[in-house]
Amino acid sequence: MNETISIILIIIGLLFDFFGCLGLIRFPDVYNRLQSATKCVTLGTWCILLALLVRYGFTEIGVKALIAIPLLFLASTVGAHSLVRGSYQYGIKLWEKSVRDEYAADAGIDEGVGKSGK
Amino acid sequence: MNLLTNIFLYALIAMCFMCFYRVVRGPTIADRLVGIDILGILVVGITAIIAWKTGMSFILDIGIAWIILSFIGTLTLAKYLWRNKLNE
Repeated sequence: MNETISIILIIIGLLFDFFGCLGLIRFPDVYNRLQSATKCVTLGTWCILLALLVRYGFTEIGVKALIAIPLLFLASTVGAHSLVRGSYQYGIKLWEKSVRDEYAADAGIDEGVGKSGK
Repeated sequence: MNLLTNIFLYALIAMCFMCFYRVVRGPTIADRLVGIDILGILVVGITAIIAWKTGMSFILDIGIAWIILSFIGTLTLAKYLWRNKLNE
């Protein structure tokens, strides 16, 4: 019974991973790509680690998976956020059909730097 | 069970090649960094599935170390992008 639940969790996680990587290929912009890929791939890997915890319980493997889960959440989200800020400050432009640029007003940068920059 | 594990592993390796596509073809430098970042998270899934199959717990140590190293690398490269800003 635990094994069946863990297989179902792994399949759900693989689907999340696949859609995240598909967004990484298909989206037009670096900000869209990172928004898609980070969220979906983090949740998919979380599902796979939860499947380990469900199958093995609180043994050695299960506790290690339980340690890895909050570490994964903190590391991937903070890394993605700093990567977005760094790439905006570097001057990578938005997609030309983007409608709003709220970060420019917040950071005190001139309007449209992201669109006309490098 | 063995066939199922092989299918899971091949699917994750195919996703790693999708990330490599973005690393190779990315038009800007930030696209390549995003590809590397996502690849680090996928490798943790590979180690988790190997541990799920074999029952060896020390493989998850590799995954935890990989999370931390990928985090430090991403922060360093983001700082590199920040320091090389062009709009000032």
